[in-house]
Order: sequence, then C-alpha cells, then structure tokens
Amino acid sequence: MGTAPETQAGTPAKTTSMSMIQALNSALDVMMARDENVVTFGEDVGYFGGVFRVTAGLQEKYGKTRCFDTPISELGIVGIGLGMGAYGLRPVAEIQFADYVYPAFDQIASEAARLRFRSAGQFWAPITIRMPSGGGIYGGQTHSQSPEALFTHISGIRTVMPSNPYDAKGLLIASIENNDPVIFLEPKRLYNGPFDGHHDRPVVPWSRHELSQVPEGHYTVPLESAAIFRPGNAVTVLTYGTMVWVAECAARETGVDAEVIDLRSIWPLDLDTIVSSVQKTGHCVIVHEATRTSGFGAELAALVQEHCFYHLEAPIERVTGWDTPYPHAQEWAYFPGPARVGAALTRVLEA
Amino acid sequence: MRKQPALQLHVPEPPGRPGGKTDFSYLKTSPAGAIARPPTDVLGANTMETAANLVRVLDDQHQAVGPWAPKLNPKQLRQGLRAMLRTRVFDARMLMAQRQRKLSFYMQCLGEEAMACGQALALQDGDMHFAYYRQQGLLLSRDDVPMWEMMCQLMSNERDPIKGRQLPVLYSYRDAGFFSVSANLATQTIQAVGWAMASAIKGDTRIATTWIGDGSTAENDFHAALTFAHVYRAPIIINVVNNQWAISTFQSIAGGESTTFAQRGVGYGIASLRVDGNDLLAVYAASRWAAERARCNHGPTVIEWISYRASAHSTSDDPSKYRPADDWDHFPLGDPIARLKQHLIQLGEWSDERHETLKKELEEEVLAAQRKAESYGSLLDGRLPSAATIFEDVYETMPPHLHAQRQQMGI
Repeated sequence: MGTAPETQAGTPAKTTSMSMIQALNSALDVMMARDENVVTFGEDVGYFGGVFRVTAGLQEKYGKTRCFDTPISELGIVGIGLGMGAYGLRPVAEIQFADYVYPAFDQIASEAARLRFRSAGQFWAPITIRMPSGGGIYGGQTHSQSPEALFTHISGIRTVMPSNPYDAKGLLIASIENNDPVIFLEPKRLYNGPFDGHHDRPVVPWSRHELSQVPEGHYTVPLESAAIFRPGNAVTVLTYGTMVWVAECAARETGVDAEVIDLRSIWPLDLDTIVSSVQKTGHCVIVHEATRTSGFGAELAALVQEHCFYHLEAPIERVTGWDTPYPHAQEWAYFPGPARVGAALTRVLEA
Repeated sequence: MRKQPALQLHVPEPPGRPGGKTDFSYLKTSPAGAIARPPTDVLGANTMETAANLVRVLDDQHQAVGPWAPKLNPKQLRQGLRAMLRTRVFDARMLMAQRQRKLSFYMQCLGEEAMACGQALALQDGDMHFAYYRQQGLLLSRDDVPMWEMMCQLMSNERDPIKGRQLPVLYSYRDAGFFSVSANLATQTIQAVGWAMASAIKGDTRIATTWIGDGSTAENDFHAALTFAHVYRAPIIINVVNNQWAISTFQSIAGGESTTFAQRGVGYGIASLRVDGNDLLAVYAASRWAAERARCNHGPTVIEWISYRASAHSTSDDPSKYRPADDWDHFPLGDPIARLKQHLIQLGEWSDERHETLKKELEEEVLAAQRKAESYGSLLDGRLPSAATIFEDVYETMPPHLHAQRQQMGI
C-alpha cells in the first residue's frame, strides 16, 4: 500500500511544483534524511549531481560517503550496491543511461535477482537501480533505449517506470523502501515536462501541470498498482512512461473514449486494474516505445488474452517502436507518436 | 629491405601433459624467509618485491624462518592442523557419498586446505567472507557450523538450510560470516568490495574478504573489484588462489605466464603479496598483515596464494585427460597438512601417533555427522524440500502471479 504525505496535525501536506528531476531529487533527499542507510552513487553523481542533475546538492548535504562518484563500470556500480545491500544499507545506484546497463546484466540477472532465493532468505539486495530510458532527445541508439522487457523476464526483480513528478517521487521512495531489487526506469523525455509526442510543438514545462504538485515530505505510491490516467469506456490503452502522454493525446485528438492505464509498476504488475478495464471496454491497445518483438507488450497481450478473451470484441493492437536500433536523425519516424496510436485506437473500434 | 618474419600466435601450453612429467621450473619461488615484511601502511606501488617473489615461512626442513614467521603457539598450530585435517576427511567422505549417488555433485579442496583454514585463524567474528566453491575450510574451521547441516546442503535433503535451491557446496552461512556462494565466478569479488565499503561508510570495524581462482581473474568483475577497492581504499582482503588449474585450463591461459597475479594488484595501486599457500604459517602471517591494513584504513590487499589443485576440479572432471597424474607428488610446495605436521613434530608438539588418533577421531565425527544428515534424507530417497517452496524467497512477499503459479503446480 502507498502511504499518504506526512502532514502536520490537521493541515494538508505542503506541495511544491516540481519537474520530474526535482521530484526524484526530493525523493532521494527525503530518504537520505530519514534513513542513514540510504546511499547513492554512480558516474558523475557526486559533486556534480548527475548529468541530469537528479542527485544535485545531495553530496553537499549528506557528505561524500553517502553520495559519491564511481568509476565508469556499470557492473561495478551494481556489484558494490549488491554488497552494500547485503551489509544492510539501502543503496540507490544510478546507471547514467539505461543503454549502459548491459555490462551490469550478470550482477542484476544472476546475482541481485536471485540472492534472496539462493540463500533461502539469509541475504538479499535491497538495491534500487535508477536509469534514464527512452528517446525523444536525439540520443541515437546509445542514449534512447527502453530495455524494460529484459528485466521483466528475470525472476526476483521489480521494474518500475513513472510518468509524472508525483508518481516519480512516490514510486522512488516506495522502491528504496522495498527489500527487493528494483529497476527504476526514468523516461528522460519527461524529465522537464509532459510530452505528448508532438515534437514539433514548443516544450511544455511541468509547472503548468497539476501532476507537478508534489508533497515536500515523505509519501509513497505503492508498487504493483496501476493508475487510470484517463477514464474511458470504448477502448483500454495499456501503457507506461512517456507513452501515457502520447496515448492521452491520441485519445483527445481522435475523440475515442479511451481509458488510458498507466502501469507504473511494469512487473510485478496490477493485473486487476487491467482486467477490469478490458472487461469493461472490450478493446485493448498496448503502447510502448521499446521495440516490438518480445517487448513487454507481448506479455500484456498474452495476459489480456488469458484473462479477458471472452470480453474482447476485436484483436489486441500493439503500437511500439520498430524492430530496429533507435535511430538518430530519423528519431521521429521511429517514435510511436500520437498519429500511430490514434490510428490504432480507431482501427480497433472499426474491427 | 630485410625480410620480416611471419607473425606467430602464441597459445600458452602447460608445462606437462598426460604421459609426461611436469617441469615445475616455471613456478618462481624464493627461499623461505628471504622476502622482507613491509610495514602495513606500505603503498601499493612499493610492493613489487612481495608481489613478484614468494613469501614463505616454513622452509624445506619444516622450520619457521624469516620476518614473516608468525607468533602462533603450539595450541593454535594444532588448531590449524585439526581444521585442515577435518576438511580433508570431510572431503574424502563426501566424495565417496557422491560416488554412492547420495549427492549429485561434489568439489574437494584437496591440497588447498591451508589457505581457508589459515585465514580463518587470522580473522574475527563479524568479518564477511565472499568465497567461491573451494573454501569449505572457512566453515569447517568453525565450531558453530554443524557439520551434519553442511551435509544436508550437499544432500539437498529436508534439512538443507537453503532448501535444495543450490548445487552442493554452494553454501550460505550468514551467521558464520559466509556469504552465499554463486557459481558464475568472480561476481562475489565486487560484491565483497561493496560490503567492505558499506562497513567503512558506517564506521564499523568489520572487514570483508573475497576469494577467486586464477582462472576467473580474467572476468571483468575482478577488474572492477580491484579498481573500486583501490579507489575507495576498501577494507578488504582479495585472495587469488593460484592452484594452477581452472578445470583443464592451465593458469597461463588466464594470463599467468611470465608474470604473477599479485603483480596485477600492484598495477591497480593495491599492496600485493605472493605467498606460499601450502604453508599454514605463511597463510596466517600474510592474512594477519592484510587484515591489519584493512582494519587500520590502509586499504585493500591482494594476496596470490601459490598452491596446487590436487583433486579433480569436481566430481564431473577427469584430470588424467589433460595433466600428468602424479603432478601433486612433484609439486614444489608439497602438501600443507604433511608440512605443518612435520613442523609440529619438530617442535616436539606432535607425533605420528597423535596424528593418527586425531584422524580417527575426525573420521568418526564425519561418519556420525553423515549418519545424522542421511536421517533427513538424500537424493536417493527423494526426501527433498517441498516443490511448493520454490515460489518462496523470489520476492520478499509473494506477488499474485507466483501465488497463481504455485496453485497451478498443484502442491
């Protein structure tokens, strides 16, 4: 379960408008203040505060043994995090880009994920591994990937992706407090504002959106709980991260009465919310930025088929990145924008 | 123009193959007592002498000589001898149990007992050891780890403390400071550095150790471990067991030809020693030196132990296919148990008769432990932890999809 923002007796929690970066920074700040066992580290994370500034000011506030730079070694970053977790700390490791996580894969997949199991509960690794993911910033194939499906295939870890500042802070606190290893994917295109996929329009800052109103203190958004981002009755859209905003825009622009479900926790997930929505709408479109084949959409389609087959009135549609590396110059041809999502919404209703 | 030679790819070969006799002259040794003992705050860069040569204490006449000779009293020496012999007897018995199909698999540490048993004497309760699969001596040196329970792990039976989830010998004993062993090699080294860093972050007094074989030093995790250990001056002992063989692969294929593994530590800026791993006194002395460095914030130590894997890699291996069968008889650093026994006899603190009595006593202990372990089942009788337990400990609390799958299993 999530916990409500901490309040002074009788008064509502004080909120401030924050970007997703500020919200993530606030989550770390709150947790480092509350729990001396919370430490954070990664490449450029210490004095500089991270290339995206998520750890800005933390070294100055909590000292360099609790927020520090690491050598450029992702396996090292995750490996020390695992050892620190086994000691009793709550490490929050930053991988500078999700695209760089692969050297750490053995430490995540074979080690952190299975430590509790293989030791029958003697040891565990309460590590949170943050990493910016997704494209839309002209990052090319080494700064744009969405590797969430790879993590969902591994027993023993949790995979989480927020879509707004409020959830980002609440989910990061819940992840740090959780005793399982958590892969925390941050859609970097949402760091500074919501993004509906219209890359040719001016950037909208978070300050103009109510989801940027973030409580200053401690609260959690529970893991394994999806959010109905936009209620609707005609078609269920299953999505997460940046694509939540793209799907909402596609529904608005096509006029389709779509129910957009933001998974928030990708795995383990909130199956009940998915099933009750699809049983209500009878239609399902799955949207993610990652490549299509064996993407998480395939698992979602299988789950919907298993649990909602007799309620479905049309085949499930998937709108995803193409099965190619993420291109640089052709980024917007790759990105599954509102036009592609809108066409799928219309198609499933015509089927 | 002078004709240039055709390029030749060098693929290292071991110094002996089946049917031949190993030429151990490749193994660079130093006379016992010849290598100076630096102060424990020595800089890594200034340890080339201890990294390139061989720190030895017991000489060929079984005398403890030189600056590294430790101050161990006869009682402590006998304690070390007992731990080594206990480990050897345990191994022999478990090898037999594997042959009888009571275990699926086993790994001995024959000939390598001094390293784990010697270091165990030099460390403190609370320290955490990130070992690999051949450091059973760390557990068998202790009196708070029930031998019968270790055997239950080996037999994957009802009382296996890790519920049948791991191959035999991949023990986990948190309370004994023994981190869960992983079999994918080298991963434990960087984790140990993280544990040591955490201890330093918290201002604790406990230190970490890690163990790795010569072969798996080629893994990236080892290089990350050395880098991070040096960068943060982590309180850790990084043990590299150079037992010459990684299954069928000679240590030259891991990069040991014409250099030492200890010298790698120096390259990373870490104080490093190359030590006779078949001499419990040298093991104890080097371990104490390294532990003192760690406890005094002088940072990590790499210790390359020279030893010889006298047994097969595992019960799935047949070394007669790739190396001379009588190698161990000719290994220049001998058998650690025989050497310590002779040393104690020369001190007038031991005898052949006492040795035989001890061996018999240990054999009885092992046999009794085995009887008790078998009373909880073995692979032969199928008395295993319930299959339903495989859904536990995947996460701290079981998510709905695992509940559903457990129901599908129908147990």
